[in-house]
Amino acid sequence: MEYIDILLSANFWAAAIRIATPLIFGVLGALVCERAGVLNLGIEGIFVVGAMCGWMAVWLGAGLWGGVLIAALAGAFFGLLHGILTVPLGLSQHVSGLGITMFATSVSYFTYRTALPKVSSPPRIEAFQPLDIPVLSDLPFIGPALFQQTSMTFLALAMVLLVSYVLYRTPLGLAIRAVGDNPSAVEAQGLSVFALRIGAIMAGSALMALGGAFLTMSAFDAFFFGMINGRGWICIALVVFASWRPGKALLGALLFGAFDAFQIRLQNEVGAVIPSQVFLMIPYLLSIVALVLVARKADYPRALLQPYFRGQR
Amino acid sequence: MIRFEPRSNVSSLFALALPIVAGITALALAAIPIAAAGGEVFAAYGHIFKGAFGSKFALSELLARATPLIFTGLAVSVAFRAKLWNIGAEGQLYVGALAAVAVGSGAISAPAYIMIPLIMLAGMIAGGTLMLAPTLLKTRLGADEVVTTLLLNFVVLLFVQMMLEGPMKDPMGMGWPQSEPMTSAATLPKMFPRMRIHWGLVIALVSAIVIYIMMKRSVWGFEIRATGENVSAAKHAGIPVTSTFIKVGLISGALAGLAGVSEVAGLKGYLTSDISPGFGYTGVVVAMLAGLSPVGVVIAAVFIAAVFVGADSMSRAMGVSSYIADLVVAMSLICVLISSLFVRFKIRFVQPKKTPLAAKGEA
Repeated sequence: MEYIDILLSANFWAAAIRIATPLIFGVLGALVCERAGVLNLGIEGIFVVGAMCGWMAVWLGAGLWGGVLIAALAGAFFGLLHGILTVPLGLSQHVSGLGITMFATSVSYFTYRTALPKVSSPPRIEAFQPLDIPVLSDLPFIGPALFQQTSMTFLALAMVLLVSYVLYRTPLGLAIRAVGDNPSAVEAQGLSVFALRIGAIMAGSALMALGGAFLTMSAFDAFFFGMINGRGWICIALVVFASWRPGKALLGALLFGAFDAFQIRLQNEVGAVIPSQVFLMIPYLLSIVALVLVARKADYPRALLQPYFRGQR
Repeated sequence: MIRFEPRSNVSSLFALALPIVAGITALALAAIPIAAAGGEVFAAYGHIFKGAFGSKFALSELLARATPLIFTGLAVSVAFRAKLWNIGAEGQLYVGALAAVAVGSGAISAPAYIMIPLIMLAGMIAGGTLMLAPTLLKTRLGADEVVTTLLLNFVVLLFVQMMLEGPMKDPMGMGWPQSEPMTSAATLPKMFPRMRIHWGLVIALVSAIVIYIMMKRSVWGFEIRATGENVSAAKHAGIPVTSTFIKVGLISGALAGLAGVSEVAGLKGYLTSDISPGFGYTGVVVAMLAGLSPVGVVIAAVFIAAVFVGADSMSRAMGVSSYIADLVVAMSLICVLISSLFVRFKIRFVQPKKTPLAAKGEA
């Protein structure tokens, strides 16, 4: 059967991992914020900022890794803004997050248009190329699927390890998890709830921005309007699916990537019968289903969405 | 040291003034990107003002733009009152428009006084039903409605595209993915000849009045506000919280659906998949600027529409990127969010005391 052929081709798995990469960054970022007790709906906009800043930095000659760094810093900046609004000021995390998304998106588009006012076809940069690791790339099946990805995919995988190491093996991680569960206990330990939460939001937002940067600096080599197209929101749903665990976040992103890659290939087979929009809807419907399936048993960080004021409770 | 002290009573004048100050602050902050883009700041403000209010034509454009924003602003604010976070007004707008087109583009023939209520009803039912699903998922299964309503926007838009390229495509549309035009009986008349302002504005204003009365005077309104204040206290007081959420969801979705009806029946005359440049999301800004009050929604919708219409004409006149309008709207939201703090809290600058004992005594 053709379907089996699809699943057995290295090309399919390579695409699945490629599609999953920005989601891995995004889910990890959202997870870090939420573990510290703050929902970050700015993610969609922070993706745009990462995509635009990373791309523009490279275009202006910062070099690829310079672009990665600048994208992360830009993400951290918008994370700081969200952090200030939601942590010491205690404003609605939903509304602030949406505000950050609108602000970050419009500022990115405005900056891009202002820098490049009259260009009809977007200029291109020299993007990250797939690595050619001597022995590993030549392995049958696994080689082309896993080891011919770009450096940013490996960075994403490294981040999964780093985030789970920090969250579960270090005192800092313990403090971050505690601040999302029981901030007054953290305060009683003499730690600053504000510093921990804002730090976590900045770090998480920097990760989100890398997800955007992957799109302009690795998957494509240009920035265009509407390129994020809801990926951020899918990450928010995937965090619930992953029950706030980095390992499961990786799994969720990969499943999602595999599904997306599968439907693209399926579309080529049966596209004449079923309208393409049906396939494009599936990722969103699947996210909703995933959200519903786990919602009941979801182990939310207990202080998620609750602002903390010193001396209260 | 800065300290926040909760205010016991807020004068309504003060609560009204702050969003206005926030809006002006956002416009002032917009000077930075305008200057960065090489525009003359003061001339730019002049263009914005003239573009929004400078002529009868500009005013008509402004009010035509404000009409869908009144509907979506009302939709979002009603839901937010009950702390039901409806971010799906965009999708509800599109299904409302789709339903209006399905009924009003020739499927049924009836005189206008039947047709127009009929397409409005169709749009309200479609929008309300679309919001019903996330509301039920929230109340029954605990799935976060922020994410579900958001994701449904994408699903709906794709569905609309599918219908416009398939079964509902206009065979006379020169190949463009657009619906058949509304029949003349199903068209909301224009208010003045050769201007785009149409009777949808009146329907929007009536909706605002109805919602105002409902929220202020009816048991529903009381239940909605009580649920939003504190769900568990409301439950304890015997308010049927689940059915309140469902009611709120239906009302909210229906209002957003009307936005779609008014756009296809009043402005465009047919449906395309780009009928809304994000009216649903802008509705969130309108609702927040309005402090969730129906009267405020009308004022805020006009303000936001003025920003869009004015900034559009400014960007054309001065060659500043048209994304400036979105930028000002986004900054307005952030400014109003910060200013909402001043409504809830007094801000005191406290001199740190020298001796720890005295500091303790004061605290």
